[in-house]
Amino acid sequence: MSQEIHHHNQAPVPAASDTQDTNEFIKGLWLQNPVFAQALGMCPVLAVTNSAQNGLAMGLATMFVLIMSNILVSSLRAFIPRQVRIACYILIIATFVTAVDYIIQAINLELHKALGAFISLIVVNCLILSRAEAFASKNTVSKSFLDAAGMGTGFTIALLCLGSIREILGNGSLFGWQLFADNFENWIVMILPGGGFFVLGLWVLVFNWLQQRQENKEPPSHD
Amino acid sequence: MINDSLWSIFVNASLINNFVLAYFLGICPFLGVSGKLNSATRMGAAVTIVMVISSMCAYGLHALLTVINAPYLQLISYIVVIASTVQIVEMVIKKASPALFRTLGIFLPLITTNCAILGLALFQTNKGYDFIQCLIYALGAGAGFTLALVLMAGLREKLDLVSVPDLARGTAITLMIAGILSLTFMGFAGLGSH
Repeated sequence: MSQEIHHHNQAPVPAASDTQDTNEFIKGLWLQNPVFAQALGMCPVLAVTNSAQNGLAMGLATMFVLIMSNILVSSLRAFIPRQVRIACYILIIATFVTAVDYIIQAINLELHKALGAFISLIVVNCLILSRAEAFASKNTVSKSFLDAAGMGTGFTIALLCLGSIREILGNGSLFGWQLFADNFENWIVMILPGGGFFVLGLWVLVFNWLQQRQENKEPPSHD
Repeated sequence: MINDSLWSIFVNASLINNFVLAYFLGICPFLGVSGKLNSATRMGAAVTIVMVISSMCAYGLHALLTVINAPYLQLISYIVVIASTVQIVEMVIKKASPALFRTLGIFLPLITTNCAILGLALFQTNKGYDFIQCLIYALGAGAGFTLALVLMAGLREKLDLVSVPDLARGTAITLMIAGILSLTFMGFAGLGSH
């Protein structure tokens, strides 16, 4: 979060060009990916990603709440008193989460059962509160929307990465489609809680490795 | 419908279905505050206190919401209660023990966004526990959270002394250790009576 604030202090304010707007979107996808780079909102990331479908649904639900609350927080930023701002943000977020909870229940009851209490727990996803506090409360509505869309997409990508690996290894399938022949031995551990930690740890490792390789590339030295 | 013995509720919440290692609740403080054994213990105690108070409040609130027939207000009212509880606990600690207040620092207000606490309130409502069962459930969850945090902090203090590859330093190695801890805790599954 502090890194984020720092970044915005440095950003040249008057040059509000298109490239900058796309930057607000792009940064959330990989470089400042909420899960791999910032380690925000880890609880749902680990808890619901035992299959790719659950991961995708959770990512989309979180993205919806993130976008809506960012828009509302940003448009109300002149009216919310500083002292009670966190309470206001949480109320706004809780309202949208309640809506999402009922929407998912109406669309797909099975999915609602699979995700369980974790839909309600989007309220305490630190990613959403940190975007409201660090970005939406200081920027225009359109920028906040782009920021939320980028971060939400990055979050969904991370959930999908995790969910598909765990489903492929743990269940031999992807989105419910059987991938391997019958003699494939499922790695049950991947669906269990322990597997969630392992796979996320590996993804963070891969992310660090790619990041380091990129940094090494710029000054042409050892590999 | 619910006639679990109090002991089995406690063991279930603290060991078998440990909030951190089996339900993945409260991962942020688990990764963030587990660097030092000292602060981990204190954090665990603060979270347990907030859990017990807010679980009591959530029990009352649920009864009230059932009476006025407004289940859609559940989430919003729970989170408001939790935020106020954290605020009160913060003020009390500040008054009673300024030293502890300084040690906990920023992590005290952050308890509000600890999903273990909201999760506890939601789970106890779903399970339909009565007042005493709620109290035991909250105590068990708090004990389990503290246990996980202290175990992790102990391991990480040892980890500082060994050489870890640069790439894995930080989050990655912590997650791997958490995975092994989580597998270990699965061994407690046999303790359950059902």
